[in-house]
Amino acid sequence: MLQTLELAARRAAACLPSTVQHWAVRGLRERAEQLSVRLDIVQAPRRSLDDGAMVCVIDGGQAYAATGDLTQRGLEAAFLRAHSLARAAAGRTVTDYERVARANGTGSYHSHVERPASSASLPEKLGWLQEVCAGAGGDARIVDRQAALWTVQTEQCHITSDGARTHQHWEFTMPSLEVTAHDRGVTQVRSSAGQYNGFCQQGGLEVLERARFRQDEGPRVARQALELVGAPACPSGQFELLLMPDQMMLQIHESIGHPLELDRILGDERNFAGTSFVTLDMFGHYAYGSELLNVSFDPDRAHEFAGFAFDDDATPARRTMLIERGVLRRPLGGSLSQARARAQGYDFDVVATTRAGGWNRAPIDRMSNLNVEPGSCSLQEMIGSMELGVVMHTNCSWSIDDSRNKFQFGCEYARMVRGGQLAEVVRNPNYRGVSATFWRSLSMVGDASTLEVMGTPFCGKGEPSQVIRVGHASPACKFSGVDVFGGA
Amino acid sequence: MTAALGLYTSAPAFEALAAALLCGDPAVERTSLYLRAESSDFLRFNHALLRQATSVEQAYVTLAVERGLRRAESTLSLSGEPARDAQRLRDERTLLVHQLDLIPDDPWLRFPQQATYSTRDQPGQLARADQVIARVVAAAGARLKQDFVGFYAAGPVVHAFADSLGSRHWHRVETFHFDWCLYRGTDKAVKATYAGIQWHDQAFVDRLEQAAQRVPLLDRAPRSLPPGAYRAALSASAVAELLDTLGWSGFSLKSRRTGVSSLMRLHSGQAEFNPMVQLDEADAGATTPSFTAEGFLRPSQVSLVHAGARPATGGTLNSTRAAAEYGVSANGAGEQESPQALRMRAGSIPAADMLRVLDTGLYVSNLWYLNYSDRQACRVTGMTRYACFWVEHGQLVAPVQVMRFDDDLMRMFGAGLVGLSDTPEFMPRGDTYGARGLGCVTAPAAIVDGFQLTL
Repeated sequence: MLQTLELAARRAAACLPSTVQHWAVRGLRERAEQLSVRLDIVQAPRRSLDDGAMVCVIDGGQAYAATGDLTQRGLEAAFLRAHSLARAAAGRTVTDYERVARANGTGSYHSHVERPASSASLPEKLGWLQEVCAGAGGDARIVDRQAALWTVQTEQCHITSDGARTHQHWEFTMPSLEVTAHDRGVTQVRSSAGQYNGFCQQGGLEVLERARFRQDEGPRVARQALELVGAPACPSGQFELLLMPDQMMLQIHESIGHPLELDRILGDERNFAGTSFVTLDMFGHYAYGSELLNVSFDPDRAHEFAGFAFDDDATPARRTMLIERGVLRRPLGGSLSQARARAQGYDFDVVATTRAGGWNRAPIDRMSNLNVEPGSCSLQEMIGSMELGVVMHTNCSWSIDDSRNKFQFGCEYARMVRGGQLAEVVRNPNYRGVSATFWRSLSMVGDASTLEVMGTPFCGKGEPSQVIRVGHASPACKFSGVDVFGGA
Repeated sequence: MTAALGLYTSAPAFEALAAALLCGDPAVERTSLYLRAESSDFLRFNHALLRQATSVEQAYVTLAVERGLRRAESTLSLSGEPARDAQRLRDERTLLVHQLDLIPDDPWLRFPQQATYSTRDQPGQLARADQVIARVVAAAGARLKQDFVGFYAAGPVVHAFADSLGSRHWHRVETFHFDWCLYRGTDKAVKATYAGIQWHDQAFVDRLEQAAQRVPLLDRAPRSLPPGAYRAALSASAVAELLDTLGWSGFSLKSRRTGVSSLMRLHSGQAEFNPMVQLDEADAGATTPSFTAEGFLRPSQVSLVHAGARPATGGTLNSTRAAAEYGVSANGAGEQESPQALRMRAGSIPAADMLRVLDTGLYVSNLWYLNYSDRQACRVTGMTRYACFWVEHGQLVAPVQVMRFDDDLMRMFGAGLVGLSDTPEFMPRGDTYGARGLGCVTAPAAIVDGFQLTL
């Protein structure tokens, strides 16, 4: 794709007038397959083939144009549309785009793949899903069960007039299982790792082994769904709260990741996704959490969902600490946001995480791999330290204010801890808090043995709205004095 | 500035594609094409200046083949070059037909047995992007000195369907949707929307000025409310947010039959809404297509709640697959069985009297980030947002700090419902995830007692 696109792009760019300061073409080719078995019945298989390009032009103003036509003719038409918009924007923009320093990264990236999704036949993959789905059955109280496998292969090329030339290949694998149990008027849903593909990683079919998808997920998820329908509601009160990685990923995402997006702090998202309680003057000194809190942007972590070598502004990506020993160090902002913050007197390092949700969307500041670093406590030590507490697993409900401060999150499954021992299962566990103080109640951080590499394919933001892949690796973490409550 | 992909926002181009693909093939019983295309201008503004301008030409077609109880489908982006697109689709069709040999029967698969037809073409009169940019910068920034942050989306959107049985459906609307906030402080803002098919510069400026006139109210010292139960007036926009959340699972046939619907108590007769609550899925007059992605016609109206109770017809949205599985009739719902054009009937409180009837309590202009805290109990949590006010004796007194609520929607619109306004508002949803959506909600404002604020 790269050579063909580059040739077409360079020829097409010749249509632009000499006043153009910069042009770029980002081409994307994505292939996906979604397979599903519900109640042992194979659902219609779904494929998708998505090819297109986004061009960018700076001439006075900056503008983008998207096209599904990757030929020279198609790119020319897109360049002319973008140029027309850029001229209309000249002198009316939030910053002088002509003066923003532009990256010119060159290189490539490949997901580490041991067994590509294409190495298994359609009947083989459907057979695996039938096994997993059947494994969750066998009890009349199980009223619904669905196993699914979503695989994606993505290729992206990015060429700019400033010399950037990147070529990145990803393969993503997302298994899921969801089971509904009903007994005596109570219905509960339990999933393998969240009802929105919480277990999602880069890689091929070997991801299924890392998820233990075919080993024991069917019986485990069904067993826990049945435990839940027979369980009492989660009690209300202030408790010690141990969040497992499949809930930590949501906690990180909503109350660290989104508040640290620099474009949000600069006000771009106030009409839709919201603003942030974090302000430009907090970086370098603000106590975001307890001294146990260390948060990294880590595009290099093996298998994690949003790893890459270059962001969609062609800036080379590297691991960067955002919060160290609880202190807020730097925001999630690419080169454009960095320039805009600098114009206001705040000088931050670039974090290469400006990304687009597809070829038809322009890049904005996003989370990518955003991780809590492991600490030193074993899971047993954390549970043993809790006199009265709750262990919560797997997000199922989330809500947070537009400053990313007051939150309320719900989980699928929880167990009480009494006297340092795991006790009864409870259903409908919820907790609420305020981001600005919640992370300061972080009292124990699990060691590497408790860490899991999770993520989501569905992080939404932006106008027009964009869905993007995000990775979150986290150990189990314990918080003190949290407001916990159960269902009605 | 029409580019190649703009081709698919015209009916003849789609018909040519259909003619190239939908030839008779004894290997399948039906081949179908479902097109979603748009040619859109997207403009983002911050601080009354342009932040990002994007022009998007995109067309996606879902190609499906069916034989007996088997179906395989593929969604492809189109290039806009007819011969190339037709060849890609033919290649993909060959692969899908092969897949039919590799998959087992799906006993709940249903597809139309005869051809159906519909056409709607709603031309608009839209502004040029450069006009909108200039107008915002001049009016909101230079003249009114407002901290304007907003989003403009405009252009034609097409949904079309064709199959080898001869069905043809065409739905093309040219619309714009512009919503913005005038900010005053960290999280205090006046929200306004201008949407439709005929853009008028003066109408936009009028709405902008009306919004600007409300901004000084936000300068008053804000009031922090302690958690507790409050009498509240909910704007039509806030009611629409609550109804949207009900639509996630509440009306789905599959969700009702598997027990995960938030309206299970309504379904079983254990609880009812207030008798003044009347909810319909009402496509008539809406911007939504009158056909499904599988080529079924949608009825003009499906009753979901009648006089506060489950209607005799079931009150569910039934996809063809779920209807087959559970032995009932389908009623035009898509696979998700969510409303596309939910309508709540009006009440009797004159819209101008809502604050007078509220008397003392909370005026909620906007709600935000709703989710279920206990789906079975229909308990929903979310946040107040933008310009919410404390009201005393029917007068706005002070803006309130954002608050979290957690309440049972069946209680709020049941025993807690004081009344509904007599003027329902039609609200196009303006969603842009992946593509510009055509969904809408029509709802009145509401007054409820005991609205539960929690944090």
